[in-house]
Amino acid sequence: MADRNETVSAGGPPAEAVILALAGVSRRFGGLRVIEELSLTVRPGEILGVLGPNGAGKSTLFNLIAGVLPPNEGSIHIMGRDVTAMTVWRRRRLGVGRTYQVPKPFAHMSVFENVLVAATHGGGLSIPAGRREAQRALALTGLAALAAKPAGTLSLLNLKRLELAKAVAGKPRLLLLDEIAGGLTDAECEDLLAILTAIHREGATIVWVEHVIHALKRIASRLAVLHFGAIICEGAPDAVLADERVREVYLGA
Amino acid sequence: MSTPMLLGARAILAAGVLACLAGPWLFDANSLTVLTEFFIVVTLALMWNLLAGYADIISVGQQGFVGVGAYAFFGFTALLHMSVWAAVPLAALTTLLIAVPVMAVIFRLRTAYLAVGTWVAADVLMLIAGKLPGFGGGSGTSLPIPVVKQFGARLGDRIDMFYALSLGLALIAFLATWALLRSRIGLGLTAMRDNEEAAGSSGVDLVRTRILCFLWTAPFLGLAGVMTALEKLRVAPTASFNITDWTIDIIFIVVIGGIGSLEGPILGAILFFLLRQWLADFGAWYLILLGVISIGVILFEPKGLWGACRRWGFPDILPAGHAPGPGAPERVAGPDAQEAPAARTVG
Repeated sequence: MADRNETVSAGGPPAEAVILALAGVSRRFGGLRVIEELSLTVRPGEILGVLGPNGAGKSTLFNLIAGVLPPNEGSIHIMGRDVTAMTVWRRRRLGVGRTYQVPKPFAHMSVFENVLVAATHGGGLSIPAGRREAQRALALTGLAALAAKPAGTLSLLNLKRLELAKAVAGKPRLLLLDEIAGGLTDAECEDLLAILTAIHREGATIVWVEHVIHALKRIASRLAVLHFGAIICEGAPDAVLADERVREVYLGA
Repeated sequence: MSTPMLLGARAILAAGVLACLAGPWLFDANSLTVLTEFFIVVTLALMWNLLAGYADIISVGQQGFVGVGAYAFFGFTALLHMSVWAAVPLAALTTLLIAVPVMAVIFRLRTAYLAVGTWVAADVLMLIAGKLPGFGGGSGTSLPIPVVKQFGARLGDRIDMFYALSLGLALIAFLATWALLRSRIGLGLTAMRDNEEAAGSSGVDLVRTRILCFLWTAPFLGLAGVMTALEKLRVAPTASFNITDWTIDIIFIVVIGGIGSLEGPILGAILFFLLRQWLADFGAWYLILLGVISIGVILFEPKGLWGACRRWGFPDILPAGHAPGPGAPERVAGPDAQEAPAARTVG
């Protein structure tokens, strides 16, 4: 069947051991090559941190994985399925939750309704089941007390929590976090790490693009450094951060 | 967010609906005729609002489906000699069937191109209607008297019947749209209204939801078309497919009333009819004033009257949302959020 071919064409380890596989993915904007021949594999239960200077292609990489942008070349497999041509919403239903770097709340809906949308549509639940799931996601992210508030009135920290609550509603297996710690104080960052740890413990695999290295280092099981659209270094966090090339391009040292 | 204000507003609404239901016993024939037209306009406004305010489909061609409904009704009754009571639902069905190929063509376009596409589609439908044999060509034709008499032997009975039909249509259009917005699909639609990209990322199927909305409006527009044929007792391409009456005025109503709400189209329709009654004697000035009001609202209050009410903290009279409700589980991680009045702002 088609499924078997898809699994084989992804290459690398067998499908069960891989939750996300990018193979030779390229994306251009006009003449500008933002992602070039990028291959990446993420296993279930990992927390992969993605680092890279501004313009390295981090957001584009995210948009390719989430399905906002199609790649010009290459293929993307999620849980063994070829999703290269799949729409954003179908990927979300398959189990890919994502947060936006700049929060995109449904401003005129309540915090609860925001998460209910994700639970019912993304999680494929009925409204009664979705209500329970939304409550769970709100409790997990510490937003339960604000459930009735219009989302447009939240502070930045709470908007980031809301992004997270929407992303985890329906328990997607793969969570994509786009600079979720940016702009937070140290104390707020601690809260966020506690929430992420709880989400990870529930079984989510996390891919986290972040500038705030100290936060990333605390929970990432692996780091990948993106530079000019390619991964230049990948491995255990300490080893990657000590790498000569990484220090050069990213830390400017 | 005052509860007395909300209760007052709901009381006014309930009184209004009751008065409408008792209309034939309360109002004279002239008022009933104006109200009949009002209910048609409310139905059209609810549909345009659903498309433009929620699904981001700006249609300037909804007169196309109004015309199809009117012509279908004429065809089934005057030409095929069917009972009017069979012809009414069949006209709605015909409009739905015609909406499918129209959608297949115009949904290849988006935003402004789609708007132009709806206009072109409506004009094509109008031109076809003008060529159909038996429908009176470009100048149209009257409904045969036996058809009209099925609605009542005497003029007074017919006025009452047309009034009841258009009131029923507006009520059903409203209740059905309200139910749609309260459903799972409506939840997705409301999310699309606020942020389309984020709605997609939350799992809302943008394509299917748009298709559903477009097809949802078609039978209601067709039924409104039947009512326009009954009101005028004739069909004609320029009248049945009239862009000013069935789309431009409707856009004005939804924009001033408040796009993206259920209250807005109704509020806008009331305002439109009041303005028309008061300013009818001013001729061209009436239209100029409508234009000035539209521009003013778009510049200063883009979400219309109801948007302003919402901003002042007035709760929706007819909420289509979902309250959090009790039974929230204990928090699992991290301290609970609070909305401190700190200087943090949303960037």
